[in-house]
Amino acid sequence: MNVHVTGNDVGARTLAIVGELKGLEGPLLPILHEIQAEFGYVPQESLPVIAEQLNLSRAEVHGVVTFYHDYRDHPTGRHVLKLCRAEACQAMGGDEVAERVKSLLGIDFHQTTLDGAVTLEPVYCLGLCSCAPAAMFDGAVHGRVDAELAKELVAEARR
Amino acid sequence: MTVRIYVPRDAAALALGADRVAKALSREAETRKLDITIVHNGSRGMHWLEPLVEVETAQGRIAYGPVKPSDVAALLDAGLLEGKAHPLCLGGTEEIPFLKNQTRLTFARCGVIDPVSLDDYKAHGGLKGLENAIAMAPADVVKQVTDSGLRGRGGAGFPTGIKWKTVLDAPGDRKYIVCNADEGDSGTFADRMIMEGDPFVLIEGMAIAGLATGATKGFVYIRSEYPQAIDAMNEAVTVARGAGVLGPSVLGSGKAFDMEIRVGAGAYVCGEETALLNSLEGKRGIVRAKPPLPALQGFMGRPTVVNNVISLASVPIIMDKGADFYRDFGMGRSRGTIPLQIAGNVKHGGLYETAFGLTLGEIIDVIGGGTATGRPVRAVQVGGPLGAYFPRALFDTPFDYEAFAAKDGLIGHAGITVFDDTVDMLKQARFAMEFCAVESCGKCTPCRIGSTRGVETADRIAQGIEPEKNRELLADLCNTMKFGSLCALGGFTPYPVLSAMNHFPEDFSPAPMVEAAE
Ligand SMILES: Cc1cc2nc3c(=O)[nH]c(=O)nc-3n(C[C@H](O)[C@H](O)[C@H](O)COP(=O)(O)O)c2cc1C
Ligand code: SF4
Ligand code: FES
Repeated sequence: MNVHVTGNDVGARTLAIVGELKGLEGPLLPILHEIQAEFGYVPQESLPVIAEQLNLSRAEVHGVVTFYHDYRDHPTGRHVLKLCRAEACQAMGGDEVAERVKSLLGIDFHQTTLDGAVTLEPVYCLGLCSCAPAAMFDGAVHGRVDAELAKELVAEARR
Repeated sequence: MTVRIYVPRDAAALALGADRVAKALSREAETRKLDITIVHNGSRGMHWLEPLVEVETAQGRIAYGPVKPSDVAALLDAGLLEGKAHPLCLGGTEEIPFLKNQTRLTFARCGVIDPVSLDDYKAHGGLKGLENAIAMAPADVVKQVTDSGLRGRGGAGFPTGIKWKTVLDAPGDRKYIVCNADEGDSGTFADRMIMEGDPFVLIEGMAIAGLATGATKGFVYIRSEYPQAIDAMNEAVTVARGAGVLGPSVLGSGKAFDMEIRVGAGAYVCGEETALLNSLEGKRGIVRAKPPLPALQGFMGRPTVVNNVISLASVPIIMDKGADFYRDFGMGRSRGTIPLQIAGNVKHGGLYETAFGLTLGEIIDVIGGGTATGRPVRAVQVGGPLGAYFPRALFDTPFDYEAFAAKDGLIGHAGITVFDDTVDMLKQARFAMEFCAVESCGKCTPCRIGSTRGVETADRIAQGIEPEKNRELLADLCNTMKFGSLCALGGFTPYPVLSAMNHFPEDFSPAPMVEAAE
């Protein structure tokens, strides 16, 4: 993730991804997912390419991208730490864990540490509500996150 | 002979270290030159015992848990491979009371088989329902499902057979089956567990739905927060296609049905069926006005069945054992079984499939064993973020759609989240409003603006600013949202808020703070 690419590369890669997927019924979300997987975010430069290929207006594509929480318009840090903020995790001290992680990292939700190491994001339920509080670190799941485990995750993220 | 050892691939087990346990096992087995085969099964649903390791022995499967990677060497020393005693040994898996007392119909194979082995699936009764359906006229399949009394497990409890009949009777050259696997409700994980633990049962249920309604194409819309479920479903679909369970001629019937796995993009409202359809079509996940019903004009304007994962996964057993078999479980108009998901601050958290009708108290105190912290249970939220908070005084409510509605609650997707006596119910009410504000699709003013006002009002109550007036305002806002919202996000957010206010009024009259008293 977090690859730096020039506008031209983005256009070419976007074109290739759209070409691969545009035969699907309702291809826009699969395309956006693939683009985010490729670049780590959805670059502005890919929007006109998608729009043209799918016969949509640029505004329509933009509207879809901004509607969904998953799509980002800028790169994340090297790691992404997601903490569950929903009810079952609240019941097990999730709020305290979140406060602790925020202070350890010195950032709030939706922010990235200055050294570019880690982006902190909220998530509303990971389906791990029976082993709360839950977290996801670069796609790997963690249950029963306590102060100790939170510290370990933060240390790993700093690396 | 090789010994089969089961270590789950279920996300809850992974979150508690199952992968590291599996690695430690294969490493130790290699150094000790032991012949073992590790099967990555689903979870049995006893999450306080995860990672749960099982060994196949002559006496049946023996369970050990919760196992840490550092326990592995000692377990092997003690005779794990022969199912011998050890402090972590739980005895025969099926004899553990939490499992033994369940009625596992939908989850019969979950945790038992290798989730992506079609042979395992068939050896445990899989595909019989589909075979029966193939031999029947579509209308008869629909009738079986209607007669079984199965109601949608996604939340609204609409009779599944009636929905199917509408699609069967709808004219259309192309129809769709859409499986709602958005499972956004906090406290729920049944959909995730079945997709990770027995994906073929969902595929079989969808194929039956296709044959019954004349739909030839299916989609499973899975939330992006579930990468393990997405992988398992993709794997299973590929296997099913290779074996002719999916494709141009389902099990040689001459009838076509195939499916695709699609991934959501982090919007709770996309669990609402019409928003989900918009999202599948590549649009913003905005709720559509009904009519038209999705059954008549759904995906791409075509007749479409939208069903929850558990609704669809319950169909194979109905088509295998018959409508009567299923309908004989349950109470009142809630027939069959329901996978309860016991979550939050609870000692024995996990999935418990049982006939409808247990009381909330039995579920929490007996099955769940009370709180994990050991403190008294104060409140229980049933049915996810749009569900009401129940106080102990209502613990005699039986788990049944109508009984919960009568207490101003809902069972929703059957998630049960337990809180101990440290919970601040004003904070929970505020969160319900905040969640609605974050997730609103924006179409209705009461939902979009009302929820933000709700957060501010709850804050004012917390600060002791004109508490009486603000409590009234909060109740007013709830009323406006209830009646002025197009879908249940805005329409049901009042449930958690009002139930918190009504059942726990003491939390809504905090001591006024001096500096805030203007
Ligand atoms: C805001 C909102 C979120 C919903 N989320 C889900 C969900 O995650 N999963 C689900 O199956 N149904 C969800 N529903 C219910 C669906 O709209 C629909 O009733 C259901 O998918 C129908 O399937 P069923 O009849 O099998 O339950 C949601 C409804 C609303 C209003
Ligand atoms: S109630 Fe809220 S989420 Fe539902 S349609 Fe209206 S604005 Fe959208
Ligand atoms: S509420 Fe946190 S994982 Fe479900």
